Amino acid sequence: MNIDSIKNGIVIDHIKAKNGMKIYEALNLKELQCSVAIITNAKSQKMERKDIIKIDKEFDINLDALGFIDPDITINIVKDGKIIEKKHIEKPEKIINIVKCKNPRCITCVEKELDQIFILTDKEKNIYRCKYCEMRMN
Amino acid sequence: MKHLIDIKDLSVEEIKDLIEVANDIIHSREKYSHKCDGKKLATLFFEPSTRTRLSFEAAMLELGGNVIGFSSANSSSTSKGESVSDTIRTVGCYADIIAMRHPKEGAALVASEKSIVPIINAGDGGHNHPTQTLTDLLTIQCEKSRLSDLTIGLCGDLKFGRTVHSLITAMSRYKNIKFILISPTELKIPEYIKEEVLKKNKIEFKETKDIEEYMNDLDILYMTRVQKERFFNEEDYVRLKDYYILNEEKLKKAKKNLCIMHPLPRVNEISKEVDEDPRAAYFRQVEYGKYIRMALILKMLEVH
Repeated sequence: MNIDSIKNGIVIDHIKAKNGMKIYEALNLKELQCSVAIITNAKSQKMERKDIIKIDKEFDINLDALGFIDPDITINIVKDGKIIEKKHIEKPEKIINIVKCKNPRCITCVEKELDQIFILTDKEKNIYRCKYCEMRMN
Repeated sequence: MKHLIDIKDLSVEEIKDLIEVANDIIHSREKYSHKCDGKKLATLFFEPSTRTRLSFEAAMLELGGNVIGFSSANSSSTSKGESVSDTIRTVGCYADIIAMRHPKEGAALVASEKSIVPIINAGDGGHNHPTQTLTDLLTIQCEKSRLSDLTIGLCGDLKFGRTVHSLITAMSRYKNIKFILISPTELKIPEYIKEEVLKKNKIEFKETKDIEEYMNDLDILYMTRVQKERFFNEEDYVRLKDYYILNEEKLKKAKKNLCIMHPLPRVNEISKEVDEDPRAAYFRQVEYGKYIRMALILKMLEVH
């Protein structure tokens, strides 16, 4: 399967297999006015199987969203067909408007203008809690 | 400016100071009767709670201050669709301090983010109710003369009971505290309280369904009501509401100096005959609630 290399843009690599579409949606890539390729289940020496997203345009990427979904990914910035920068990301301390609180008793469920904020309360166990009701995210 | 949203907002030292002031108020009430002259407390109760609202209002009136506010969402602009933030910004122009109760969890934190005056969370749904916890701490201090070296039985709705969760969190900061968690399976303490508070702080605890099993070990027995408003399913509520009824028979094995507490209102979980038992502290607990709220208002208004 061949997908042309990009000249100027971003390659999101080492995405855990099946996380590609989640990232596509979280970054709202369907709104971009450029080519976007999602490769799923690609063979990988490191990971056995992985997803890759190639975006034929430079843009400000939401690193918190990426770190939250899959902190092991690599972001490659491509210029003139060459990788000029590799970014590794971490689990963000706080995520804003990436997921919604599912607690029907939470204030964010009735006051829709409030940001949906989750705080990383336990780094080791990867537990995020709603800033307002403190309910754990599933 | 500081707000009180969660009992964890207060350090052990700050709680000690509040208890000391509350104790001083109990013994010298006259000294405090004009401390808040000219100040206004707004009680914004988006859901009804006579007890907590009256306790706040009585506290402010005893300090010489005045009270404004509403006691249900229907009589506020919420019924016209106003947000919590807008209500708080408006009321901040009229009052020096706000005590707020709201049915939604996290509402008090939202309020504190926009408020120009101190906010006291007077209960946000099933989430936090820090002044109830302060009331409980003052009660324990006054009745047992200590906040350490205690075996505390918590009985009833340990799943939805916010007072129980806050009390466990608060008491976990004191030395040699043991908990006996008494509840039906359906209303057991949530796993996260066990993991993130009890186990994390190495607090000894036992779980049982039987209220009498550890009765003779207890220094404090904290009874709770099964709250109808926390259930989505009426059937579950009906099945569980009378699971425990504390009576003199069940207290036979209890220590002579046991302290029986309840955040009130009670329904059937404590038989009326227990009211006459000197170990029943729950009506004294109501009074302690007023004194600790007086101390809190003074602290938050920075009145000395």
